Amino acid sequence: MTDMFDGVHNRDERIPVLKLTVVQYGVLFMMLALTAGLWRLQVLGADNFRMLAEQNRIRKVPVLAARGKLFDRENRLVVDNYPSVSCFLLREQKPNVEADLPLIAKGLDLDLEQLRATLKHYRLAPGYQPIPIKQDVTADEEAFIEAHRNELPELETIDEERRLYPNDGFAAHLIGYVGEVSEEDLNNPRYAYYEPGDVVGKAGVEQAYDGLLRGEDGSRDVIVDSHGREVGYLRTQHAKPGQDLKLTIDNDLQKAAELALGDRNGAVVAMDPRNGEILAMVSRPSFDPNAFTIKIGRTDWNKLITDPNHPLMNKAIQAQLAPGSTFKILMSVAGLQEGIAQNLKVNCTGGWGPYGFYHHCDEHHGAVDIHNAIPFSCDTFYYQLGDRLGINRISKYATAFGYGQKTGIDLPGEQAGLMPSQQWLLKNFHRKWYPDETLDVSIGQGAVEATPLQLARIIGGIASGGHMVRPHVVFPDQLPEDYRKNLLDNFPGSGDTNIPIDPDNWVTVTDGMAEVTQPGYFHTAGSAHLEWIDLAGKTGTAQVVGHDTGGHAAKGKTLIPNVWFVGVTPRRNPELVVALLWQNGEFSYYSARMAAKIVAAYVEKKRRLDHNLVQQSNPSPLEMGAVWTTPATRPDGKNDKPGQPATRMQAGHFLVDHGEIVNAKNAGSTPAEQKPLRGQAAVAMAKTGARAAEQGGGRPSTNSARKGQ
Amino acid sequence: MMRRLLSFRDFDWPLLGMVLLLCTISVLEIYSATLHTKYTGFHTKQVLWIVGGLLAMFVFSKIDYHKLIDLVPWIYGTFMVFLLAVLVPHIGHKALGARRWIKLGPILFQPSEWMKLVLILGAARYFANLGGRSLTWKDIFKAFALIGVPMLLVLKQPDLGTSLTYMPILAAGLFLGGLNWKQGATLVLAGLLLAGGAWSSGKLLKPYQKARLTSFINPDNDPKGTGYQLRQSLIAVGSGGVWGKGAAKGTQTQGDFLPIPHADFIFAALGEEHGFVGAFFVLLLYFSILMRLIQNAQTAADLSGSLIIMGVVAVLTFQIAVNVGMVIGFMPVTGIPLPLMSYGGSSVLFTFLALGAAMNVRMRRFVN
Repeated sequence: MTDMFDGVHNRDERIPVLKLTVVQYGVLFMMLALTAGLWRLQVLGADNFRMLAEQNRIRKVPVLAARGKLFDRENRLVVDNYPSVSCFLLREQKPNVEADLPLIAKGLDLDLEQLRATLKHYRLAPGYQPIPIKQDVTADEEAFIEAHRNELPELETIDEERRLYPNDGFAAHLIGYVGEVSEEDLNNPRYAYYEPGDVVGKAGVEQAYDGLLRGEDGSRDVIVDSHGREVGYLRTQHAKPGQDLKLTIDNDLQKAAELALGDRNGAVVAMDPRNGEILAMVSRPSFDPNAFTIKIGRTDWNKLITDPNHPLMNKAIQAQLAPGSTFKILMSVAGLQEGIAQNLKVNCTGGWGPYGFYHHCDEHHGAVDIHNAIPFSCDTFYYQLGDRLGINRISKYATAFGYGQKTGIDLPGEQAGLMPSQQWLLKNFHRKWYPDETLDVSIGQGAVEATPLQLARIIGGIASGGHMVRPHVVFPDQLPEDYRKNLLDNFPGSGDTNIPIDPDNWVTVTDGMAEVTQPGYFHTAGSAHLEWIDLAGKTGTAQVVGHDTGGHAAKGKTLIPNVWFVGVTPRRNPELVVALLWQNGEFSYYSARMAAKIVAAYVEKKRRLDHNLVQQSNPSPLEMGAVWTTPATRPDGKNDKPGQPATRMQAGHFLVDHGEIVNAKNAGSTPAEQKPLRGQAAVAMAKTGARAAEQGGGRPSTNSARKGQ
Repeated sequence: MMRRLLSFRDFDWPLLGMVLLLCTISVLEIYSATLHTKYTGFHTKQVLWIVGGLLAMFVFSKIDYHKLIDLVPWIYGTFMVFLLAVLVPHIGHKALGARRWIKLGPILFQPSEWMKLVLILGAARYFANLGGRSLTWKDIFKAFALIGVPMLLVLKQPDLGTSLTYMPILAAGLFLGGLNWKQGATLVLAGLLLAGGAWSSGKLLKPYQKARLTSFINPDNDPKGTGYQLRQSLIAVGSGGVWGKGAAKGTQTQGDFLPIPHADFIFAALGEEHGFVGAFFVLLLYFSILMRLIQNAQTAADLSGSLIIMGVVAVLTFQIAVNVGMVIGFMPVTGIPLPLMSYGGSSVLFTFLALGAAMNVRMRRFVN
């Protein structure tokens, strides 16, 4: 190899100058080319590359808005939020995430197979999309993520506010729950503003008022390095928290309603019939909405949706069942308004059957008229009344009062129930209406169906003299104007209406309802009698019949009936109406007793509050009687004879104000007694409104009305 | 024969000044680029390398290059043995998927880096001996063998970048050593054909090397591999604009988007933080250094001296063109460091020794 280097140093030879000049120009050309390249990037392309550099280092991170809280009517917290940390997986951060999965599953206490399945589910999603893998990360798990920042750069955490619902499914159906927006929802124009991964209300108030509760997410520009590690913040656009909402429910009454229904399947609605405010709403069986805030497991979800008792169904507004005898209130109003019921006298011999089928009554009531037909719940009377009215008139009245129509409550998924008519039968079953079918309808059977909420609104409205209200669970005055209008469009229903009822008829029906809870032979809910509380109502026992059977199929079958009670207090212009449904219950007086507990809870709380109010705000002089002794001295100053008692009994009436006697009356004078108002006067008083009557003194509308008839 | 006493007055002080200015810029930029990385403190190491390099340069310039030229066949032979030894599994030290080093106690010795210097001296001797006369095809073939054999050995390590830096030595030797235009044209044509053949045969280059060589044409095809590096480099340089973002303020450099910003991509870091002005100034320094070296080649005492300096010029020019070209998207990502700027002991040491060789020649320009 050394032969290549043969020879001596040749000292005379030189590199030709031309060639060196060529080299120099070559170097110059290269430098010019590089300079041109720099010019192209740094001068001509600077703006574009600056933008790219910013995109590189700035990551927009959403700042999630806290969802609005829910309060009850007395501003007690019902639904709260709590801070929580979620863990996401960013596939872009690491080329081979698969290999890390066992470590991640171990550190975050996840099922490895499920984690793999989650990743597989997002297989086609763009690589930058974060995959939620664990919600509600514990402190230990967060420490694990922090400690493995370098080995597991793909793990990312985000702080969230998470929903905290009351325990034991308290008001669960009314409140609803939240969950991740589904892919179907995203295709729905209503959800145009939502993005994948957003949390939305899925039921109840959470769904109906989602637009207000959710607030507006903000964003934060985070400076990141090439590994996605946050190294600083640029600017933050703060999230606009959702609006807090005040619900119309009263926690105390809700609790009483939950306890009253216990574990029985069914529903309770308690409403103020003066304005439609729902004071309590219960549906059984219930569920735990907290299970939904952390992604609900597949098995739990399947259990909920396959349960034959439908725990997710809000039976208060979604259970469409035959109203049974509670329908007789509507029948009574229709019969009286049409002038038929007043003169109808029936001898109940256990049933009636003019069209070949014998329709039974529960008892042999004997002579029945409209006054005892309601407390007796005499089927025979209503068969005959219904026969005289005919289906058209029954259907007209029932529809006017709201049977077969949504009430328009501000909750999603309300059902309309069903009020059959000739047209309905013709349209759906293509046949004529037989007069015999009217008899079933007259006692709330046949094809009639109603929800507990409908019954509360209808019977509460009748007791209010035909003042029908639109039920709602959120006070409307706290809503923005356009939202309120939208809400009315989104939840259409019969709304607020006035259907005039003749005052005499009104008194007849409401007094009949009041008799229902009075102890008495044949009275259906005597056991629900409340001393000192004017509870009027109507029981109902309904066979489980679907309307598609046309009304006759239930005969001969043994079915455990649904039992109802719809009660109001006081009987006229009530402050409270309670509708209670016990599905597959036993006897209807049980449901009356359960409802009576709720009514009692309401009245007792009310009285306690009123008592407090009187003491604090309006300390008017109080009249009281007293008996006392005085030293036995005669007016002339001499002592009585010895042997006589040294003291003398005295009695008198005093006006006491702030603990001091302001005016003592002579002993023996007539006490200033509250004279009960009688008859029509009580009705007139009641019409002006219960509250006004109360302020007039004592409780005349309650006491006097009972004595009135 | 008159022998003038050698002194450092004959040293090329202006050249050294420019080199040291470049080294200062390099150290400052390495400091800035490694500020938030695990390489923090590398600038002090670089200072040590530079000091070591300066010492080596002075020592190297003291040895008469004629002696080196006389010894070069032996040195060449020794380094060929080293290059072969590197490929033997138990002698060659493997790191980052390539077998490039021989471990001598605590030091990792990379023969391929030193081979550059040996080849500069060897080529100078070979072409000087041909005396500047027209080359025969046999001479040309021998020159190819002289450079080509070690090139293939280095390629086998595999180390594409270093093996490519041998090529300018051959090219400069042939061009300045007496190649006529016709031979030049023939060689270029043959080279193109051979390169095309080697590319499509798929034997010589590994697939990842091919991918690296092509990704610069369209970096978006490979946004996560070398294409990603190139893209980040372009963004860094481009976003620097005319005046730059300021020292230690480059978002691409500081945010760790720019790959190895203290070594192969240091020019991108410089371009981002000091803009077109800073980058142009550095290019100007390089240009001045190269021009100064070529001037030294012209004034060298003999042909071998001129060829040594021109070999150095060829290697430096090639490295600058390929590295800066890579940073601004003209060239593929090959892993060739920027001389005097990139961090790295081998690179610094080689550059200073190469400059030492040039100084060596210059100091002895009046010797004969």
